Amino acid sequence: MLVRIAGNLARFVLSLLAATLAVFALMRVLPGDPAAIAAGENATPEVVAGLAKQFGTDRPLPVQYWDWFSGLWRGDFGVSYVTRTDISPLVADKVQVSLILVTLAMALALAIAIPAGTIAAVRHNKPSGAVIAAASQLGIAVPGFLLGIVLVSFFALRLGWLPANGWVAPGVDFAGFLARLVLPVIALAGVQSAILVRYVRSAVLEVMHEDYLRTARAKGLSPLGALVRHGLRNAAIPVLTVTSVQFSALIIGAVVIERVFVIPGLGSMLLSAVGNRDLLTVQSVVMVLVAITLVVNLLVDVLYTIVDPRIRAAAQGER
Amino acid sequence: MSQGNEIQEEPLLRVENLGITAGDTPLVTELSFSMASGERIGLIGESGSGKSLTATALLGLLPDELTPSGSAHLRGFAPDLFTAGDKAMRGLRGDEISMVFQEPLSALNPLMKIGAQVAEVMLVHRTVPTRAAAQRRAIELLASVKIPDPAQAAGAYPHQLSGGQRQRVMIAMALANDPQLLLADEPTTALDVTVQSQVLELISAQVRERGTGLLFITHDLAVVANMCTRVLVLNKGRLVESGDIEKIFTAPAHPYTRALLAASDISATDARGRLFTVDTAAGYVPPALRTEVAKGPAAGAPERSVRPAGEALITATNLDRTYHRARTRAFGPRPVVKALDDVSFSIAAGERVGIVGESGSGKSTLLRILAGLDAPSTGSAVVAGTEVAGAREADLAPLRRQLQIVFQDPMGSLDPRMKVSDIIAEPLLVPGQKLDARGREAAVHQMLGLVGLEPESASRYPHQFSGGQRQRISIARALVNRPSILVADEPVSALDVSVRAQVLNLIADLVDEYALTLLMVSHDLSVVRHLCERVIVMKDGRIVESGDTEQIYNDPVHPYTAQLVASSLDLARELAPNP
Repeated sequence: MLVRIAGNLARFVLSLLAATLAVFALMRVLPGDPAAIAAGENATPEVVAGLAKQFGTDRPLPVQYWDWFSGLWRGDFGVSYVTRTDISPLVADKVQVSLILVTLAMALALAIAIPAGTIAAVRHNKPSGAVIAAASQLGIAVPGFLLGIVLVSFFALRLGWLPANGWVAPGVDFAGFLARLVLPVIALAGVQSAILVRYVRSAVLEVMHEDYLRTARAKGLSPLGALVRHGLRNAAIPVLTVTSVQFSALIIGAVVIERVFVIPGLGSMLLSAVGNRDLLTVQSVVMVLVAITLVVNLLVDVLYTIVDPRIRAAAQGER
Repeated sequence: MSQGNEIQEEPLLRVENLGITAGDTPLVTELSFSMASGERIGLIGESGSGKSLTATALLGLLPDELTPSGSAHLRGFAPDLFTAGDKAMRGLRGDEISMVFQEPLSALNPLMKIGAQVAEVMLVHRTVPTRAAAQRRAIELLASVKIPDPAQAAGAYPHQLSGGQRQRVMIAMALANDPQLLLADEPTTALDVTVQSQVLELISAQVRERGTGLLFITHDLAVVANMCTRVLVLNKGRLVESGDIEKIFTAPAHPYTRALLAASDISATDARGRLFTVDTAAGYVPPALRTEVAKGPAAGAPERSVRPAGEALITATNLDRTYHRARTRAFGPRPVVKALDDVSFSIAAGERVGIVGESGSGKSTLLRILAGLDAPSTGSAVVAGTEVAGAREADLAPLRRQLQIVFQDPMGSLDPRMKVSDIIAEPLLVPGQKLDARGREAAVHQMLGLVGLEPESASRYPHQFSGGQRQRISIARALVNRPSILVADEPVSALDVSVRAQVLNLIADLVDEYALTLLMVSHDLSVVRHLCERVIVMKDGRIVESGDTEQIYNDPVHPYTAQLVASSLDLARELAPNP
């Protein structure tokens, strides 16, 4: 088991290294010299050259890469070419916001989807199961931002129970932080739980037809007892996979919800950086996203290993 | 053997007029029988005869869409098993009635330790006071079913045990609470021969020792003769015949019983040297009555026209194939598995050769290498003039035309989304074949006729055929481009007995007709004995013995071959009076 986790870790580090190269290369391929953009349309070549020297973009690419790469390890993303401010503290702020938002939303989505999907599977030929399955279809079709706007107009504007939008850091005003978190988390979790219900349902349905569930019933366990004791852990693996993919996608995918609720997340930051052609900020944000995705994958791999002893052994012959 | 015991005690199990219907389709009709305590009854029938459904109904675990009618009573349990309701039945399941299933790997939870799975059945019924006691008892039970190092096995997961050990675990689990009735549904079908006989012995010993009633479901009559005192024969959901083993096997009254008996008796052949099928069973003489005639051709393999041995068509020289497993320790060496270890042999054109061995003996690896689907680590294999070792895909084109394979599972090896005509014609599409569409169609129709399928079959899909018919399709596909070598990988092990004989006859006919060189892999010695004049016995990647089939069968030299011969259940031998 430890062997496998060590292998996962090694692959994680290699992937991360490869990602820094890929992201750096991708940004250099994009048209537009940062110095020329920063200097404006009417700038003289001398001004542009001066800015290039200041940014360091006149140096050879390997030197620039090394500069950026070694900065990454110190947590230093450099200074934005456009806003002339340090990128790192900004990114750190936004990452915190996005992670809180997305983690809570995914947790809520799972808390809804696991029981709902299990019920939908167990009662798949009864009306209640069909209702859940239909509701999940509907939930996938409703865009998250629409749900967000409906939630705001009802709970914030009509009832006045919660603030309509905004963000407060938890350290500043914890109650306010929580109050502002409720609606966006629900709006994000709505669609996600609808998606996850489908996966939980099909995973549980599949497990219900497994021979070992019949064995469990033949031992005298109740249908529900057999499913809980023998089925759910077996059904967890495909659900785990989807959850990790959705989590990574949501870090940026939350940008629409961030806009609706005026939340300063990573997605919004990336969007405005792209709009401003703020190359180094874009590069930093993308790098952070890649790192988050890789960390999530690493965690899921380790979870697989814990859940499934067969993966732990992985005694498959290799060619 | 307790027979003729006419004391009027209440039977252990009394089933009356059991009917099972799916909507309006009857699956089991008017099945009645009773079982005395400690009695061992065999329930025989082909797939689809309703035998597994009967057992499932007794457990109260029929799928929702199936409804039982009639009644069933278990001694000491007042309500009718079919109407008792799930809550009452739950108290019985695993406690008074237990079941051992066919496929031990899928019947065990892959994510739960063996010990915990055995302990669970005792904890559910509270037959042990504590979790720790259940765990201790589980280890004792694992010891009683002769699992080596039971304490360690209790901490293992199902995938870490062998097939036979897993079935032993299932048996330990089923017997944990000392049930009155044990239902065994084809418990050894998925196991190797030598393991099969051990597991059968184990079940037999355990139920005798405990006085457990046994309902043993199987399609294999040789197994029943070994295990049971009485037999019920089911056909299409109806009980066609029942009686003591001796009566059923010596004087079967019903034509279907006779047919089933004839088809399972692979040592018997008709006047033309062909295996009996359901259609030709009328001329069959049960083995017990065959005593003196047994010296004739009926006893052994059929006499064949011995073809002059041609030059070597397949030559394997010092074949090695090693696999590396994943490391078990961080910096330790990667464990090496030798699938093939210094294997050499040669097969002449026109020979019929069987490769026999258990799972893990390397026979499938060998086939894959000869077919150019895998490469040897070292050594050489020349097949129909093509060197397989180190060959690139392009070099293998002549081999692909010369050698065709029939696989074990006729469902899994046919593309479910392809029409039969396209499946059969596909080998004709490889480069170098010059047939146009019309020529291919003609070839497909010819092949369908040859394997005994209707011409209309061409436009159907695989799922519309039975297992035996699908295997015929596989054979048609294998022979359509007139190969010189036919490789058959356990071609009948997934088929019912009655169909098995037909497919084996078909292969024998086609091998003769097309002058094919046959290379057949099987775990079943009797199948190889019927079809092949030469046999190669493999164990742990090595050839332990090879030679004339009859000689090896009658006078094995290597102890492993002897064990293999002794373990394979032969109807005639099972019924012979014990020495």
